[in-house]
Amino acid sequence: MMRLAILLGSLVLALFMGTLLIGPADISPVQSLHALILGEDGPMTLVMREIRLPRAILGLLIGASLGLAGAAMQGYLRNPLADPGLIGVSGSAALGAVLSIQTGLAAAIALALPMMALGGALIGVLLVLLLAGPRGSSLTLILAGIAISAFAGALTSLVLNLSPNPYAASEIVFWMMGSLADRSMVHVWIALPLIVAGGLLLASLPRGLDALTLGEDAAEAMGINLTRLRLSLVIGTAAVVGASTAVAGAIGFVGLVVPHLLRPLVGARPGALLWASALGGAAMILASDIFVRVVLPERDLKLGVVTALVGAPLFLHLIYRTRRDGV
Amino acid sequence: MNVLSLQDFGVKRGRRQILGGITLDIAAGEVVGLIGPNGAGKTTLMRAALGLIPSQGRSSIAAMTARDRGRAAAWMPQSREIAWPVDVEILIRLGRTPHLARGQKMTATDQAAVERAIVRMGLEPFRHRTTTRLSGGEQARVLIARSLAQEAPLLMADEPTAGLDPAHQIATMQTFGQLAAEGRSVLVSLHDLGLAARHCTRLVILHDGGIAADGAPRDVLTPDLIRAAFGISAYLKETPEGLIFQPLEVLT
Repeated sequence: MMRLAILLGSLVLALFMGTLLIGPADISPVQSLHALILGEDGPMTLVMREIRLPRAILGLLIGASLGLAGAAMQGYLRNPLADPGLIGVSGSAALGAVLSIQTGLAAAIALALPMMALGGALIGVLLVLLLAGPRGSSLTLILAGIAISAFAGALTSLVLNLSPNPYAASEIVFWMMGSLADRSMVHVWIALPLIVAGGLLLASLPRGLDALTLGEDAAEAMGINLTRLRLSLVIGTAAVVGASTAVAGAIGFVGLVVPHLLRPLVGARPGALLWASALGGAAMILASDIFVRVVLPERDLKLGVVTALVGAPLFLHLIYRTRRDGV
Repeated sequence: MNVLSLQDFGVKRGRRQILGGITLDIAAGEVVGLIGPNGAGKTTLMRAALGLIPSQGRSSIAAMTARDRGRAAAWMPQSREIAWPVDVEILIRLGRTPHLARGQKMTATDQAAVERAIVRMGLEPFRHRTTTRLSGGEQARVLIARSLAQEAPLLMADEPTAGLDPAHQIATMQTFGQLAAEGRSVLVSLHDLGLAARHCTRLVILHDGGIAADGAPRDVLTPDLIRAAFGISAYLKETPEGLIFQPLEVLT
């Protein structure tokens, strides 16, 4: 367990340094760090502090968010196919963002896009909680989430459908693919408080999730408050995923694949999987973000496209392995 | 001192009164068999007594805080759920959940309780096997060990012997007997009346939404009560090997 923590931790650290030091601006690593830390006036400091640092921090935060939320969701639903998007937060955040692009607010007001995306996520999660009720089973939560996701998806399509302006439409489509390009420290400050607060809520779950291995009845009889656990899960997931989607768009497959990949390495314990998946998610996003900048840097390859391209085959392999093991 | 006390206890589902007027006290050192036909409400009674579903009347355990309940009674549901492929020892350690404060690690006391549960169920050779790859009977024993590790004064088990071979059925009931001999108590729902007759110190028949009989096995398994509750005839005899009960025919 300790070895895994050290391994994942150093991987994340290495990739974080990698995203800081790799980029189109031709600066040597020593120069980069020098400019970042000591910060003389000049273009190098600007590049490091205003472009690469926020990008690296966001990659770290968003990857950790998606991995953590995915592991928590799978643990709660006791289903390896669960995904943080399941409760409709990413769909409704995307709808908020799309509306801000479509109405031109995103172009007129600097932070309209992430703010409207956050608003969408908030409305989405409130609707899900309202639909699922405070004490319902995990099934009602899934159904409410699917309903909200489908509805948000339909409205997003409607906006695209009615879009009179092809530029807005293409902007929407590209935004929805997810990216960390051209984000500033302001985006970090928007996402950071929500991700920290949501992350703390999710970090309170391990014992309850472990107990849920035995089913809801047994867990509740062992003193686990399922109502509180569910509320922490939904609000925590909404905060971290809502904030992530608001600043980076929809990035898929991380929350699904990372927990699945790391599960055997933590002895399948859902509680221990939380921190492992947070580190694993951060590693996957940081690596993908390095990839989009190294391969085809001039074509602006989108992060969400890469995670899906990597994630889907990985997932197929996992399904194959699961089938072979017969569990 | 009673480990469970139900007074004028009842359960409603919607507007339908499923159970009502139930008064039941379980003292230390008893193995109480809860018997009754399908749908009599055995599981409902146990879940309501634990406070897992809403109820009327008084249950000494449902009245406790969630944390205290986990220390007062261990619950073994009938559905043998193991959601993740964790290994046997890790699963059994989950039984210590109610004894740990928020964020607290397992202490030597907790580990000792886990060891006792593993030894008692004879699971030493399975310690590091993956639970989801065990046979159904082995999983059942692991789950019993999990509830034993909880070391609560009362163990409530819903059909713990279902799907076990005769040797493991008997061994399970003997384990319950040992617990009672050590001063703990067991409330166990059973369909196998022969097993109930031999291994329980006391039987409670649940029928028509209430307790139809409550007493020593030989007083409860009478032809009249068995016919009324189960609609069967049966053979009951006190022998040198103990009480023998064998269901015979369905009566119409």
